[in-house]
Amino acid sequence: MAAERGLELVRELHRAAGGHLPPFRTEEMRQALEEMRALYERNQADVSEAKAGRTDLIFLIRFRHCCLLRNQRCLLAYLYDRLLRIRALRWEYGSVLPNTIQFHMSAEEVEWFNRYKKSLATYMRSVGGEEGLDLTQDIKPPKSLYIEVRCLRDHGEFEVDDGTTILLKKNSQHFLPRWKCEQLIRQGILEHVLS
Amino acid sequence: MSEAYFPVGPGLGMEENFLSLDDILMSQEKLPGRAESALPRLAVLMGQGGGSAESVPEGSKLEIPLWLAKGLHDSKRRIISVELPKIYKEAWRTVFSADANVVDLHKMGPYYYGFGSQLLNFENPENPEIAQTILQANVHCPFPPHHGLLSERLQRGHVCAGGSAGRAGTGSLSSGPERAE
Repeated sequence: MAAERGLELVRELHRAAGGHLPPFRTEEMRQALEEMRALYERNQADVSEAKAGRTDLIFLIRFRHCCLLRNQRCLLAYLYDRLLRIRALRWEYGSVLPNTIQFHMSAEEVEWFNRYKKSLATYMRSVGGEEGLDLTQDIKPPKSLYIEVRCLRDHGEFEVDDGTTILLKKNSQHFLPRWKCEQLIRQGILEHVLS
Repeated sequence: MSEAYFPVGPGLGMEENFLSLDDILMSQEKLPGRAESALPRLAVLMGQGGGSAESVPEGSKLEIPLWLAKGLHDSKRRIISVELPKIYKEAWRTVFSADANVVDLHKMGPYYYGFGSQLLNFENPENPEIAQTILQANVHCPFPPHHGLLSERLQRGHVCAGGSAGRAGTGSLSSGPERAE
């Protein structure tokens, strides 16, 4: 009754600050939908009785209707806000999401992410001439072409444009082209050293 | 942390944003009210344990969340009527106009501005004063705990507040004993 489960979902999401994506609460969602179904069925039954003359039921019907609308609002806002966070992930992490994050998404959300990726890629290809334009690079105006970076954890080998490979070991420092590093910086593997 | 995450913000003036998490939590806050006819025990309906009586008699006091108040309220006051919470009443309004900075909003009610704007939806002769107080308080306290774009919100909603309060209302918001003093 009174949409407590829906509200709890909203509260949890609201608490997760900074666009962080908590795990998808399948069980709570199922319970909230079950609550809505039960409310709806009871209202269906009561409406025919009220039409037959039992006006004392009108308050109950109206109350259940308010609860249904409240549930609907909470669940829709929950799902929509999660999609906003997932969309942001494409810009933060790139096209391949870390496994830990993928575990937090429902199957439908994963599919939505894939379709969003595709839309974005199609759009980026259509802009900026022959090869398209990668909008997810250089989100802030860059100050220089090459930057000094320090590796925060072992990442293995990394290939640079002219073919040479660099071994990214913890605490090693490198002077690399900005556009190659941007993705890794955002993932927290490299750190931009400002000297 | 995530710069690409743009959540749905709270609504402007007297309107809520349907998908805004902030507005959903704000509309969960409770309002004092009064049953205008005998009602089944709301506590039981809301799943908060059993009561002794089958129903709640007409005239009894209720505390209901804003979303329920908005849903059950109608201009003919058949089901419930809604009262102003303490902090929006005349006594507190003078405190705010004297010096809004001394009021600890975290203690008095976490959604003072947003909730106050929502109260304007229920016809009440005091609405222009309420709107004025909320706006003034925001102007004098540049860092409200929630709903930062308040003055913009209120300016857009201000016309509605003046309009609905101007209509000779069957004031469905009762202002309680303070008025008589």
